[in-house]
Amino acid sequence: MSKRLIREALNIPSSEITSESIYKQRRRLIQAAMSAAILPAFTYPSFARAAGYEIPDDLPRYPGPAWLRQKLASAVRNPDLSVSDELAPYYHIITHNNFYEFGTDKRDPARYAQNFKTDPWKVEISGEVAKPGNYNLEDILAPHALEDRVYRLRCVEAWSMVIPWLGFPLADLIKRFEPTSKAKYVHFTTILDKEQMSEQRSSFGTIDWPYVEGLRMDEAMNPLTLMAVGVYGNALPPQNGAPLRLVVPWKYGFKSIKSIVRIHFSETMPETSWNVTAPSEYGFYANVNPAVDHPRWSQATERRLPSSLLSPNIVDTLPFNGYADQVAHLYKGMDLAKWF
Amino acid sequence: MVSGEKGRLLRWWFFFLLLLSPLAALFVNLLNDNLGADPAKVIVKELGFWAITLLWLTLSVTPGIKLLGWRWLMSFRRMLGLYTFFYAVLHLLSFATFLVGWRWDILLTELTKRPYIVVGSLALLLLIPLTFTSTKAMQRRLGKRWKKLHFLIYPISLLAMLHFIWQIRSDFGQQLIFAILLAILLGYRLYLNRRS
Repeated sequence: MSKRLIREALNIPSSEITSESIYKQRRRLIQAAMSAAILPAFTYPSFARAAGYEIPDDLPRYPGPAWLRQKLASAVRNPDLSVSDELAPYYHIITHNNFYEFGTDKRDPARYAQNFKTDPWKVEISGEVAKPGNYNLEDILAPHALEDRVYRLRCVEAWSMVIPWLGFPLADLIKRFEPTSKAKYVHFTTILDKEQMSEQRSSFGTIDWPYVEGLRMDEAMNPLTLMAVGVYGNALPPQNGAPLRLVVPWKYGFKSIKSIVRIHFSETMPETSWNVTAPSEYGFYANVNPAVDHPRWSQATERRLPSSLLSPNIVDTLPFNGYADQVAHLYKGMDLAKWF
Repeated sequence: MVSGEKGRLLRWWFFFLLLLSPLAALFVNLLNDNLGADPAKVIVKELGFWAITLLWLTLSVTPGIKLLGWRWLMSFRRMLGLYTFFYAVLHLLSFATFLVGWRWDILLTELTKRPYIVVGSLALLLLIPLTFTSTKAMQRRLGKRWKKLHFLIYPISLLAMLHFIWQIRSDFGQQLIFAILLAILLGYRLYLNRRS
């Protein structure tokens, strides 16, 4: 898709697009208000202001619903949990997506997800929790301040990007709903909506929709595990999993489920979509591991996007995608070739 | 149909340029920044798609002549075959350049260990003798053996199909269409063979 044509193709009504000057103005106002307040200095001593992101004028911005904007604008960078690798350009992040519900080509989600309705949005919390229920997303997000975290994203297909998410720790959300002692796993489910999602209607697809992913409880509670509502200083575009998605940076990208409508707690391991579709190729754990190849291709290296044509940007893949210090202990004593 | 030497020449150029157009389109789209955020993957995929499409078209020449009576197709079978080889070579070269960056360590393990790459490379390798014996002179020189050699097109098509099937992630719609077409094309040969 040509960058010049992208706004047309994405079919964003111009009223939905915040112009750069207004965006910056708002940001400055909020920053001024925040710096006058003592909150950031005291509550989060190690946090810095989120960086201003370079978004070319000819690309659409996604301001999100009105109730979310203040929250997005006051997100602060968490430097301790951010990597210093160079960010992928905004264009790459919003046009190169695996969101099979909207088509299997990387360019399909940006083409076909633009009218996807993401507000209002409800999330069902169910299973082994003290406070199950069907909650408005706004109410779910209410108590959480957003952080800006720069994570590596490693796709199981051996490409990768560096992405600045806006979100909050999944652990904080889980604690609020008070899981019982029987809660050993968390299941996540993407919306099932055949009207809006063309691939859910395909006769030749092998995924049994809706898409399901899951984590072991200790993985879900790890400080790195993020519930994201924004990217690049704005709300999540629909193609990136709006309005609520998971980001688990030490696992292959397919674990980071998009457009979540259900969070379920159980004693048993969930049957996750790719694992069910091709159990020999995609494990439940799906930790990034250069030593364990996909049966059809190598996982030892990855193409970091953007990658130039004549000298592709090939880098070595790191165990746990470079997050071994934070998460390797979760898998102590496990045979990672068996539990891939 | 236009007749005469001039008409034949015109038709030849028309098909020559038509079969070159997918490559030209890819090139123009690349220059216009129209291939998305990861042009490398798109180029490799497109070239592979055209290689297999042209192979299927090459296999359609005989049924086209026998069933539809389009005898003029015969004079384009060689061009279709050569274009198949051309796109298949570009497909492999773009894979090695744009995706692997000619890293020999990666290339060596990919070419020997990955089933779908092994199968694809084998298909390309088998196309080489067919390409170099495609001239009229070689056809005359080899006589009966030419036809035998060019039977290789059948195992090649099966290898290409397998290579294509191995790309499936979750949706197999495209592969199914190609498999059905191949079944028809090869089934027709079996039918001819049994009848004679």
